[in-house]
Amino acid sequence: MPEKFDAIIVGAGPAGCTAAIVLARAGLKVIVFERGDRPGAKNMFGGALYYTEALNELLPEFWKEAPVERCVTRHTITMMTADASFSIASAEGSFGTPPYNGFTLLRAKFDPWYAEQAEAAGALIVPETVVDNLIRDGDKVAGVKTRRENGEVLADVVIAADGANSLLAEKSGLRKDFKSDAFAVAAKEVLALPADIIEARFGLGEGEGLAQSFVGECTRGLNGGAFLYTNKSSLSLGMVVRLSSLQEKQTSIADLLDEFKNHPAVRPLIKDAVLKEYSGHLIPEAGLAMLPELAGNGLLITGDAAGFLVSTGLTLQGMNFAIASGYAAGHAVIEAGKAGDFSRRGLAGYRRRLEESFVLKDMQTFRHAPSFQDNPNIYGLYPALACGIARRIFRVDGQPRKKILSLVREEMKGKISLWQVIKDMLQAGRALLWP
Amino acid sequence: MAIEDKLATIRFEVDAEPHIRVNTELCKTCMEKGCLYICPVQNYTLVEDKLSFSWQGCVECGACRIACTACAIEWDYPRGGYGVCLRYG
Repeated sequence: MPEKFDAIIVGAGPAGCTAAIVLARAGLKVIVFERGDRPGAKNMFGGALYYTEALNELLPEFWKEAPVERCVTRHTITMMTADASFSIASAEGSFGTPPYNGFTLLRAKFDPWYAEQAEAAGALIVPETVVDNLIRDGDKVAGVKTRRENGEVLADVVIAADGANSLLAEKSGLRKDFKSDAFAVAAKEVLALPADIIEARFGLGEGEGLAQSFVGECTRGLNGGAFLYTNKSSLSLGMVVRLSSLQEKQTSIADLLDEFKNHPAVRPLIKDAVLKEYSGHLIPEAGLAMLPELAGNGLLITGDAAGFLVSTGLTLQGMNFAIASGYAAGHAVIEAGKAGDFSRRGLAGYRRRLEESFVLKDMQTFRHAPSFQDNPNIYGLYPALACGIARRIFRVDGQPRKKILSLVREEMKGKISLWQVIKDMLQAGRALLWP
Repeated sequence: MAIEDKLATIRFEVDAEPHIRVNTELCKTCMEKGCLYICPVQNYTLVEDKLSFSWQGCVECGACRIACTACAIEWDYPRGGYGVCLRYG
């Protein structure tokens, strides 16, 4: 007879480990399968982990113990053309004090630590184990089939936390839409640079960090952008581009990243930094439109596997969504256990909790962001306009000066009509600005 | 920097068993060949008009699985513990 647990969690990432902590602390018998040789081995993100209430509740002052890199106090957005850039920068002192607004971190360091916390809570973490399929009993999920000898394990409920490329969500039939326009691919480099140089170069205080996003020529106008995060003594530099965009324009993301590193606005930032690791990952980007059924009979889908992520162009957040969804899943399972009902109906508390939390609220708020990001002007014309207007404002060439509005009109002339700008602004407004 | 040099920075536990199988016969009829562009490690290349790929240097993002419109790519996770083992992430 296969062994039976109260809950099986597939994937020891932030969603899976959060659910494991919640369930194990409630006294449930929990097993977590991880296909990597250890948690975090397959995981990569930008990135920054932004403030998450669930994490602060489960592990108060986690930053004192957790391998976080720097607290993010600076956010910069940079629009770029081939040889110019225009940035908006924010430095916020209060982000540098507890409970902190966000931390940069490296997943191969953070995720194993987080899994240890789940283990300490009483969950059993089993690495080096691929889950190949679900075991069904009639119309309900009754366990999983792992790729091991006698690898069947049973449980009242299975939580799929197996990431953006969730084969389990697909095999369960809850998620069908694996299409190129719903996903982006990311390529990233971790570049070593001494801490004092990072702080001097980016104007950071000790332990403070920067999150910078780039839009425009860095993707040669394709739907996507680039990012830079400062870790303790390394930089995370990378690029995210919609799969369908790369296919359509026959452009390689690896080539784009190399080009980006040579841009005059980027080259000085990474001078003398040494490549330590290159990696790639998939990002579910379609937002609310792609949301799968979140619960089946005996099954919940969490984190990237469910496509919980908000990309507004200003920030890209996923890890906090993963943690919050794992937390909601854990509590929904406890609730279902009390009622002895693990059917879709019994697990309905999962969706309700997500609707009450920022997870589905934010996805609802920014539901128009993915279609707004399909507007090619964001990646070509507007960065060029921003840089061009800045050039006209700052240029001193012996000619009589003009007021800003005239300069804007001159810059726009022949490139875009006022009507098109208004149309684009309305679209941007609907996606990001007004309620 | 050449992609080979970037690949050299990644730790792999290479499995003898391939986790990607490509039906290159189907690739012959595919005009788009999205796999050539979306793979972050450029694992898919054309060698004398024939699609060639390497599963040993795969970072397991799964982009090719989604992008392949010819349904020529059979993609599964490598065996547990094998494949890419990130040291930084």
